Amino acid sequence: MLYFSTSKKISLLIICLLGCFLALPNFWSTGIPFLPKQTINLGLDLRGGSYLLLEVDTNSIKKERSQSLVDDIRLALRQKKIKYIGLKVLPSGAEVKIQNDIRLDDAEKAIDDLNNSSLGNIFNTRTTDDFSLSTSNGIIKISLNENALKEKYRSAVSQSIEIIRRRIDGLGVTEPSIQRQGNNRILLEVPGLDDPQRLKDLLGQTAKLNFRMVDTSISPGEAIRTKVPSRSEILSDSDGLQYLVMKKVLVSGERLVDAQASFDATTNSPVVNFRFDTVGGKYFAKATSRNVGKPFAIVLDNKVISAPVIRSPILGGSGQIEGGFSVEEANNLSILLRAGALPAPLEILEEKTIGPGLGEDSIQSGKIATIIGLVGVLIFIILSYGRFGIYANIALILNIIMIIGILSLLQATLTLPGIAGIVLTIGMAVDSNVIIFERIKDEYSSGKNPFSSVESGYSKSFGTILDANITTLIASLVLFFLGTGPVKGFAITLSIGIVTSVFTAFIITRLIISIWLLKKKPTELPF
Amino acid sequence: MKTLKLVKKNTTIEFLKLRKLTTLLSFSFCLFSFVSFLFFSLNFGIDFKGGTLIEVKSSSEINIGKVRSSLSSLNLGDLQIQNFGSKSNILVRVESQKSKNNSTSLAPITNELKTFGDIQRVEVVGPKISSELIQKGITAIIIAVGLMLFYIWLRFEWQFSMGAVLALLHDVIITIGIFSFFQIEFNLSIIAALLTIIGYSMNDTVVVYDRIRENLRKYKKLDLYELINSSINQTLSRTVLTSLTTLIALFSLYFLGGEVIKGFTLAMIIGVFVGTYSSTFIASQLLLYLGVKRDWSKNNNN
Repeated sequence: MLYFSTSKKISLLIICLLGCFLALPNFWSTGIPFLPKQTINLGLDLRGGSYLLLEVDTNSIKKERSQSLVDDIRLALRQKKIKYIGLKVLPSGAEVKIQNDIRLDDAEKAIDDLNNSSLGNIFNTRTTDDFSLSTSNGIIKISLNENALKEKYRSAVSQSIEIIRRRIDGLGVTEPSIQRQGNNRILLEVPGLDDPQRLKDLLGQTAKLNFRMVDTSISPGEAIRTKVPSRSEILSDSDGLQYLVMKKVLVSGERLVDAQASFDATTNSPVVNFRFDTVGGKYFAKATSRNVGKPFAIVLDNKVISAPVIRSPILGGSGQIEGGFSVEEANNLSILLRAGALPAPLEILEEKTIGPGLGEDSIQSGKIATIIGLVGVLIFIILSYGRFGIYANIALILNIIMIIGILSLLQATLTLPGIAGIVLTIGMAVDSNVIIFERIKDEYSSGKNPFSSVESGYSKSFGTILDANITTLIASLVLFFLGTGPVKGFAITLSIGIVTSVFTAFIITRLIISIWLLKKKPTELPF
Repeated sequence: MKTLKLVKKNTTIEFLKLRKLTTLLSFSFCLFSFVSFLFFSLNFGIDFKGGTLIEVKSSSEINIGKVRSSLSSLNLGDLQIQNFGSKSNILVRVESQKSKNNSTSLAPITNELKTFGDIQRVEVVGPKISSELIQKGITAIIIAVGLMLFYIWLRFEWQFSMGAVLALLHDVIITIGIFSFFQIEFNLSIIAALLTIIGYSMNDTVVVYDRIRENLRKYKKLDLYELINSSINQTLSRTVLTSLTTLIALFSLYFLGGEVIKGFTLAMIIGVFVGTYSSTFIASQLLLYLGVKRDWSKNNNN
């Protein structure tokens, strides 16, 4: 066990040098040409920044889907001239009663034809049905298909990620990281951002914009007192002022190609200039030429932004929103309009913001704690084991360098608990060497010569070291797979530390001791 | 070169002689933990309870009373303000606000606090997440213990596996008990610390068990009591040394590593003490009660 062939020695040397090589950029930031550039990623808790966990509100998608199903059914049944009563939205689907049982089959067919119709069923291949039907007592119950809904949620999350990215880009922050987490969650990390209020303002809105006519047939107050016409609804603006607005949308925000914050030429107040695509421009031109002199409403997330009167037809496909904005509000709105609407509202589940000062403090105190802990352990080991202690210390220092090297190579993220993991590894890594050295001591005191004491000390402790480290590794791997954020960072450094410590403590110290034994041929061991 | 010897050569302490005392001690500690948990529960951090945590740092001392009176007008419900590390740092904890979107309710608090110093960090955990985190934490501990149980059973015998896991539960229960009694904040990082303690204590136990197994093979006639006792003594030097190096590192982290990870480090320090005690006194004597098959080689031949 003590003999190392030259090729083995060389490969061990290469591994150690490689570790040092990879770790080096973390200590010198000068641009030496051949050095690797990867350094350890610092987690948000060390560099400062904002972390947000968002959830896409899938319930609202389901609701919306059920509502549009009801609209489609109404249209389909009217086209087929089937009389119905009690068409209503269910939590996940719809329900309708057909008046005449004779038409029941026709109705079922008409509704069933809606299945997947949006996909344009050219080849008649229905992959997944959007919904399923069940009929009893003349009532058709339509339930949305779980799998189809899940598909919708999934695409809603992807779409949300894309839109969040565009909105954040509008803020001009650097390297945001946006990841999907689980089924309907999005993890957002923005380094360097220490006041996430504006970010949250931007994410808190779905930003569904549309242009509709104001219903002038009756005043909003009277409508509330008597009856709101079925074609209209009551919406209010940010001051609580109420408007009676038509449900029919003239042009929707999807038709926007650009929006910019600017100042009105005459009043000098902040405004948002927008431009439609060709189709949207045409609709807008048509609608405005038909309704000169009448007010229309610009509606964002069911809130009226403004309701100006159309003075003359707007033919160029572009316009201006004046809503009594502040400069920042105008800026935010233009970012939101440019980025597009979210498919569903986002809920902020968790938010963590760390100021850059605290991060720096943490790095500083982490460094000091690591160095003092290391020095303490080094001294203690030399005191306990003398010459062998020095060898164990070489292995320990090499171990830390290798942890840093591997962290850099994997581009893993170092968090504050991660630093704790390194410090803990320093304390625990010498364990393998302690086990070995204690074994060698036992063998030596039982009368064996130095060479065979060392030999059997290493071979007999191998099993123990393996068992002991595998159990610790189990705990840290569980942490890695189930933990999130900083805890994960701790698990990463601890796991790497366990593996490298076995390597350095069991192989590297053995190499050094064998070189010493073969060269010096000592007659006694330094215990 | 003269070396430091914390444990003298050929030490023979009759650890198992103390078994009645240590069993009693461990039982009463576990009982105490249960009682404390029942009466005081745990001082859950916002990770598990939901709510908002804000750290404020100033260049001069912050008057907590003033902060409290300036925040009280906001009607925040349960409000906790305490110094954090020094008199010029405070930690403000606010219970979960009812409004669905936290963004609206946070601004008045931070604006108010900004008059006292710089905001260092803000953490908001919604109630949905906090219940998930509790679940995840418990799952993680159960999975880790289960996997270890399985590994020890593979490598040793069921008695060892049983003994090790009972010792682990003992460590976890007592650590949680201490956290409950002293009302030290219990947050997500404490779960990580508990898992690390489990790993560490298991590591310690395995080293002793390994020696017991080896001696079982070597000394087929030796009385189990004697055998376990001498195994503990043989590994004692290692147990003490490793615990000390780990504690050196942990204490350095506790005193110098900054306020944020103090709770985590404290849990680890408690865990190292309890874990070392349990693998020396509890895990090994459990083997005596559970009974271990003596001749391993015979089994292999069958």
